[in-house]
Amino acid sequence: MDATDRRIVAGLQGGFPLCPRPYAEAARALGLDEDELIRRLARLVETGVLSRFGPLFNVEAMGGTYILAAMAVPEDAFDRVTELVNAHVEVAHNYEREHLLNMWFVVAAETPERAEAVLAEIAAETGIEVLSMPKLEEYFVGLRLQP
Amino acid sequence: MELTPADRRLLDALEGGLPLVSRPYAVLGERAGLDEAEVTRRLAALQAAGVVKRLGLVVRHHEIGYRANAMTVMDVPDDQVDAVGERLTRAADVTLCYRRPRRLPDWPYNLFAMVHGREREAVLARIDELLAEHGLADLPHAVLFSTRRFKQRGARYRAEAA
Repeated sequence: MDATDRRIVAGLQGGFPLCPRPYAEAARALGLDEDELIRRLARLVETGVLSRFGPLFNVEAMGGTYILAAMAVPEDAFDRVTELVNAHVEVAHNYEREHLLNMWFVVAAETPERAEAVLAEIAAETGIEVLSMPKLEEYFVGLRLQP
Repeated sequence: MELTPADRRLLDALEGGLPLVSRPYAVLGERAGLDEAEVTRRLAALQAAGVVKRLGLVVRHHEIGYRANAMTVMDVPDDQVDAVGERLTRAADVTLCYRRPRRLPDWPYNLFAMVHGREREAVLARIDELLAEHGLADLPHAVLFSTRRFKQRGARYRAEAA
């Protein structure tokens, strides 16, 4: 990532224009031309800096739900369990963390019932208890990272 | 928001990302059977309703230098947890803050705050400061750093579609 890439990442986190040539408009604000912005975005996606360029969906606005879940996975089973968990398309992300409960993942599904069913499937497939920790209250959601 | 069939076709077309071409909304329209103006009109409505939180970058924190990702968890008395949660959100380095159920006996914590930073030591020092500032240092708490990330793709709009 060079200075221009960092400027792009910082400049486009807030949103993207809804006009016929949005890259041209966004590029102007960044002091670039349309082709260069498109080329650089493609490279940022290719190299994995961006997981995607496009929409950030909120399944809750469509009646869907997110559930955070945790498991205590034995070290020697970790790779196998990771595969089983990540095979579910509803698993939006999955982190290993330093704790007895060492696997933390989020399930996104159209309904709370479906999300709970996924957790039950994971428990059955892995033979490991899955602790479900749905959010009860949200105090803030934001992204203020400066690259 | 109740999605129309046209909205669903549009969200399907958008699932892989916004096309990286000069007229991306026209391309989405071709895929969804809508014209370009209809695409931008519907996307504006979907954003206003919060179905699409925003269009733009979906950044991997790690790759932009935020390598220390600390899930900070606290056991706060139930009658104080809302007040503490609200206060913590005012700290610039707290990116998410939720109340969740305790799962006793393994998990006594009910307040979760995500703190991102570039370096682990600095993040730990910052968390200590935050806890002290808010009079929380004596409460049971833990900091769970992530050591590996296996999947980060965000939610699909329709999980059962794949």
